[in-house]
Amino acid sequence: MIPAAKMIALAIAALFALVLAAKATDSLFAVHAWIAFLFCLGAIAITLKVMPMGKAAKAGEQGKYLDSVIKAGTIATVFWGVTGLLVGVVIALQLSYPALNLDLPWTTFGRLRPLHTSAVIFAFGGNALIATSFYVVQRTTGARLALGNTAWFVFWGYQLFIVLAATGYVLGVTQSKEYAEPEWYVDLWLTVVWVAYLAVFLGTLYKRKEPHIYVANWFYLSFIVTVAMLHVVNNLSLPVSVFGAKSYILWSGVQDALTQWWYGHNAVGFFLTAGFLGMMYYFVPKRVGRPVYSYRLSIVHFWTLIFLYIWAGPHHLHYTALPDWAQTLGMVFSIMLWMPSWGGMINGLMTLSGAWDKMRTDPIIRMMVLAIAFYGMSTFEGPMMSIKSVNSLSHYTDWTIGHVHSGALGWVGMISFGAVYFLVPKLWGRKELYSLRLVNWHFWLATLGIVFYASAMWVSGIMQGLMWREYSELGFLVYSFAESVERMHPFYVIRAAGGLLYLTGALVMAYNVWRTILGHERSERPVGMPAAART
Amino acid sequence: MDYETLRHFADTWGLVFLVTIFLSVIAWVFRPGAGRVYEESARIPLKED
Repeated sequence: MIPAAKMIALAIAALFALVLAAKATDSLFAVHAWIAFLFCLGAIAITLKVMPMGKAAKAGEQGKYLDSVIKAGTIATVFWGVTGLLVGVVIALQLSYPALNLDLPWTTFGRLRPLHTSAVIFAFGGNALIATSFYVVQRTTGARLALGNTAWFVFWGYQLFIVLAATGYVLGVTQSKEYAEPEWYVDLWLTVVWVAYLAVFLGTLYKRKEPHIYVANWFYLSFIVTVAMLHVVNNLSLPVSVFGAKSYILWSGVQDALTQWWYGHNAVGFFLTAGFLGMMYYFVPKRVGRPVYSYRLSIVHFWTLIFLYIWAGPHHLHYTALPDWAQTLGMVFSIMLWMPSWGGMINGLMTLSGAWDKMRTDPIIRMMVLAIAFYGMSTFEGPMMSIKSVNSLSHYTDWTIGHVHSGALGWVGMISFGAVYFLVPKLWGRKELYSLRLVNWHFWLATLGIVFYASAMWVSGIMQGLMWREYSELGFLVYSFAESVERMHPFYVIRAAGGLLYLTGALVMAYNVWRTILGHERSERPVGMPAAART
Repeated sequence: MDYETLRHFADTWGLVFLVTIFLSVIAWVFRPGAGRVYEESARIPLKED
């Protein structure tokens, strides 16, 4: 967009935000309007500074690819990753030591928990997906990102969404839908940003120099399209006032529950799986230096995943008011998902065949391999837990939390860290990272963290489930709920320790990334060098 | 259109429609000569830095 038109658009947006702030019927809505207003002012200031009117504006558009926005996205990924994990450790400690809720409304577990989930899924994961998708689509099509600087609008628009969502949780704005807590106006804003994202991605594919669209882009595209559909349908609500935060969702009862978990599970399937598989199908071959094991399998993987995942949501509603046939349908489709998941895992792992020695010498590859292994393990565990008889034990217990975290910390986290480590030297034109040994530290800290986390939650989850359904010979429940809570304490402490290890690993990454960007290189013994070669 | 009609349509024609598309895609992936094409496609990421 030409700078003058951009300035006018921003000025109108700022004015609009100001009107919303003035007419707001509640203080929370006013706070958000003010944040939007300040964001517009910031954007105007940046535009004045970095985009002088006229000829100089063209200068930023040189080069084959638009990489500056990917740099910003990579930094945002690291920043939000550390933030989200930190909040996670805080709430894990709150569960172990309730006094840490501080008796303040803003710092209670109920408000910080969505802050944690949204920060890690949407802020960390979302920025990782947007940044890597922009990188991959340019490299595999040979085309520059379409629509000029719209990619920058997507980046900043998405950060505004994150800030609005996060401040809303702490202040008490929520529509009480898990993983879709932001209220109607934040949802509308995200829709605008997401449509721009889709347009940039499709536009780039349209301009491609390479006739075939590489499979990683299929996964990214399915993620973008499906998330758009899920987001819009699950958030169909009617605001009480157009100047107020509160809204009511269109459906009620079991219809609402099913829509919510159709959304919720496909957020797992298309946001946390398909998108990150796009990452796997590009960065693993790239780092290993070999093509994917079977391209044919990757296509079968794609279509099977797409056709099956969308039906799996009802397994979140076993033994509820949802009709029995729908529960069984959700369970059956979940179990069928074993096939594409393991096919994809094998495809990712076998890409290393003939290059397994790199596992020893390249900690980044080690990280990616661990990610794929966790993809396999958590997609085995998930369908197993969706079987009704297993679910009757596991549902509502910490086993579910453990399962989610083996997928999130193991698969999503590790594949994203691998991608970040690959991207940073490339984007900033460095030969290699500041230190590969620190990547090794990150690898072991994170791996140990996950082991602590997942094993503590298995034990406590199964214990919880067994205690809840223990009947005496007279038909009474043996344990009260509070007794099961009491027994959880040691496991909660172990879980918090695991989270702390994982967070420490992420901090090591932040340091490593920072030094790499500064252009430093640590003089160190190469990883995996045999003992005899040591000096 | 009431719930029953919609459900009936979904679990007959809808089912057939989706399964047919899926099976055609899988059949297409295994068409003769596809192997060579896919070997080329798999190398796309390695073409440039």
